[in-house]
Amino acid sequence: MALLEVVDVRKRFGGLQAVAGVSLDVAADEIVGLIGPNGAGKTTLFHLISGFLAPDSGDVRLGGTSTRGLKPHQVCQHGLARTFQIVKPFQALTVLENVRVGALARTRALGAATRKAREILALVGLDHCADRTARGLTLADRKRLELARALATEPRLLLLDEVMAGLTPTETERIIELCRAINARGIAILLIEHVMRAVMTLSQRVVVLDQGQVIASGPPAAIASDPQVVEAYLGEAYGSAPEGRRAGA
Amino acid sequence: MDVTLIAQGLVSGILFGGVYSLMAVGLTLIFGVMRVVNFAHGDMMVWGMYVSWLLATRLGVDPTLGFAVSAAALFMFGVIVQCSLVDRIQDAPHEMQILLLLGVALVLENTALVAFGPDPQRVRSSLAQATLWIGPVFVDMARLVAFAVALALTCLLWLFLQRTDLGRTMRATADNPYGALVVGTDVRRVYAVAFGIGAACVGAAGALVSPILPFSPSAGLAASVTSFNIVIIGGLGSLPGAFAGGLLVSVAESLGAVFLSPSMKELVSFGLLIAILLFRPTGLFGRRA
Amino acid sequence: MTRGLPTSREAWLGAATVAVLLALPAVLTSYAVTVFILIFFYGYLGQAWNVLGGYGGQLSAGHAAFVGVGAYSTTLLSMHWGLSPWIGMLVGGVLAAGLGAIIGGLGFRFGLRGFYFVLLTVAFAEVCRIVALNTDALGGALGLYITFTGDPWQLQFQDNRAYYYLALTLMLLATGVVALVERSRLGAYLLAIREDEDAAEALGVDTFRCKLAAIVLSAFLTGLGGAFYANYLFSLQPNAVFGIPLSVDVIIRPVVGGAGTLVGPLLGSLILSPLAEVTRIYFTRPGWAGFHLVIYGVLLIGIVLFLPRGAYPHLRRAWTRRRPDA
Repeated sequence: MALLEVVDVRKRFGGLQAVAGVSLDVAADEIVGLIGPNGAGKTTLFHLISGFLAPDSGDVRLGGTSTRGLKPHQVCQHGLARTFQIVKPFQALTVLENVRVGALARTRALGAATRKAREILALVGLDHCADRTARGLTLADRKRLELARALATEPRLLLLDEVMAGLTPTETERIIELCRAINARGIAILLIEHVMRAVMTLSQRVVVLDQGQVIASGPPAAIASDPQVVEAYLGEAYGSAPEGRRAGA
Repeated sequence: MDVTLIAQGLVSGILFGGVYSLMAVGLTLIFGVMRVVNFAHGDMMVWGMYVSWLLATRLGVDPTLGFAVSAAALFMFGVIVQCSLVDRIQDAPHEMQILLLLGVALVLENTALVAFGPDPQRVRSSLAQATLWIGPVFVDMARLVAFAVALALTCLLWLFLQRTDLGRTMRATADNPYGALVVGTDVRRVYAVAFGIGAACVGAAGALVSPILPFSPSAGLAASVTSFNIVIIGGLGSLPGAFAGGLLVSVAESLGAVFLSPSMKELVSFGLLIAILLFRPTGLFGRRA
Repeated sequence: MTRGLPTSREAWLGAATVAVLLALPAVLTSYAVTVFILIFFYGYLGQAWNVLGGYGGQLSAGHAAFVGVGAYSTTLLSMHWGLSPWIGMLVGGVLAAGLGAIIGGLGFRFGLRGFYFVLLTVAFAEVCRIVALNTDALGGALGLYITFTGDPWQLQFQDNRAYYYLALTLMLLATGVVALVERSRLGAYLLAIREDEDAAEALGVDTFRCKLAAIVLSAFLTGLGGAFYANYLFSLQPNAVFGIPLSVDVIIRPVVGGAGTLVGPLLGSLILSPLAEVTRIYFTRPGWAGFHLVIYGVLLIGIVLFLPRGAYPHLRRAWTRRRPDA
């Protein structure tokens, strides 16, 4: 039984079928990449999995228990944490206080939660600015803060929404290492990403979404050379296949 | 059940609805273009009423003509408020906008209180006495004129938004402020004009109402609440929604007055607001929630 | 801003302030005592509001409803059943909390935020006002008048200074409650909700329960204040006790002083109550009754434009910048 089971989930907004019967699994130790052209329904799928949206039909199961219809904070209690495409730091709070909010999901006591938060900050590499207000952080640090906050809730599965967007190659590399470290601690990761290099190196498996449907699923190398995927991206795919190189590399 | 009474309520309601619509159109324009909720809307209307009163009592100008001055005065006021105040918090959290406009509302209402006193005033219009009889129903000339002018102004606004360059720019900005910036729109100017027009609408509405109902500075809150009611029903940002909503609410109130006491009417108004707030989706025509 | 245990400097400052305030009546004139009573009382109401509006970030412009419910219920219980206002105060608080639960339960359940929530609170306050205005059992438009007996059991005192200490106690009580909240999980969660509600939800915060707790606590405390209001002013009129001007009086002190800070409401009250008194004295001509509200309006505008977080955060920053070793 996989940790996350998305079973034939559908979501419609008025005339638009944003998610049209998506099924996917994430095992408890996996890193799965979710890619697809803009508008494919990836973030909508994240909203559906994390409880921000309710599916019209289908089911979402975390560790065997259905989370369909649960509110986001309940889904978090079940062990799922997510980041947002546009980071949402608690601007007026310090970095430490930000992460502490996440830690409080598992520890009632403020003191213990603060200690936990410091540990997470050290892991993530933000301990040097623990007492700085989140408002003043660089983009890279804000992304790491978002990650740290989610980590502090002790998730079994982490949903990362374009966590590397807007970062320099060095910063991207550091986040990739961080994801590996997180995964090594036994946390599964499902990440939406457009930075192909990152997705391909990090993920053990890649799922491709286009127009609300899964069009391909498999190891990164296979996906990169899948003609359907290349077609969907129209040349944006990263791959060793000649078509990919010519079109978009 | 006296059918005549109901018919009367209907007619009076529709006629007065023109003014409500004008008020609501102003508010919805401001929100549609700027995403700002004008908490000072009702108090601007109050000043529209008092400008009309000043013109009538000091200069002998008939309120049915004075509305133009009220509109112009409130337009300038709106532009000034926008440029000097609202613009500076355009990107601030909504709580700041609310507090700022609440401050403006307080200043408006209480300077009126200080300047004109708390007692209700009324304006005499040369047309106020005239009444038209259509069958068993009478039509108050002042209301008829108010309706006609309000309708005309709304149509003018509609034409402005549809046909003129500035109007189209305004609609574009309402649709996509970032996009408008990207194509070089002077967004600040658009906002200033939008706020000014919104204020002008409600100022004109106030002037038109001044010969019909007695008014005092404390009417501001009720006017704001009515405007919010209408705009939320009709859909925030929708001009036709505001117009239709204005007529609807006015008729409902008018019929309500036939069956209920005046104090109950106020209660119904607020109760309606609560219900609309809780169950409101996007209103009648609304695109934006 | 650190929110751990108070530093020893802060603790000393706080203790010193309280000591000064306790000793003050000995050196103040009777009139000055009155001004301080107002400072403490409105500071108390502002602090109660602070829980919901400052820490929780949910702007309520209808807190007068809670004052009114507390005031009317205390008075009616005293008038008809001879219940001592000391106990009636608690009943008033509970009833106000109940109203808060309704407003919050409905409003937050239906996802009202920002401007919609403000409107909801205003609407409820106005409904209360209109009901009180038109219900004879509640005194109607004339309202209720409380006879002055000076009986401490009736929460009335001959000596002004007793009111002073009562108001001070209330102020300290509210501040204590807020300090506890600040150092609790609820407090951390409320601040998160204020900053970004969706992000908070994603981190396991039951935002509905937290906001509901905030409004119920805020309403309860405000309702308690209603009892003081009734037995200090001796007259309850619907327009005064449920009206917007009182709601504005409640909001403006924490907003000016610093919403979401412990000291903000008191600081704001220290600035504003004397100001309101001065305007009241100097502008006694009829019709100028609303002038202090003009000043409030200008202040609100000024604060939003120049000191959006209120006076206290800016003062604190200026202070710590001058003394980097602090």
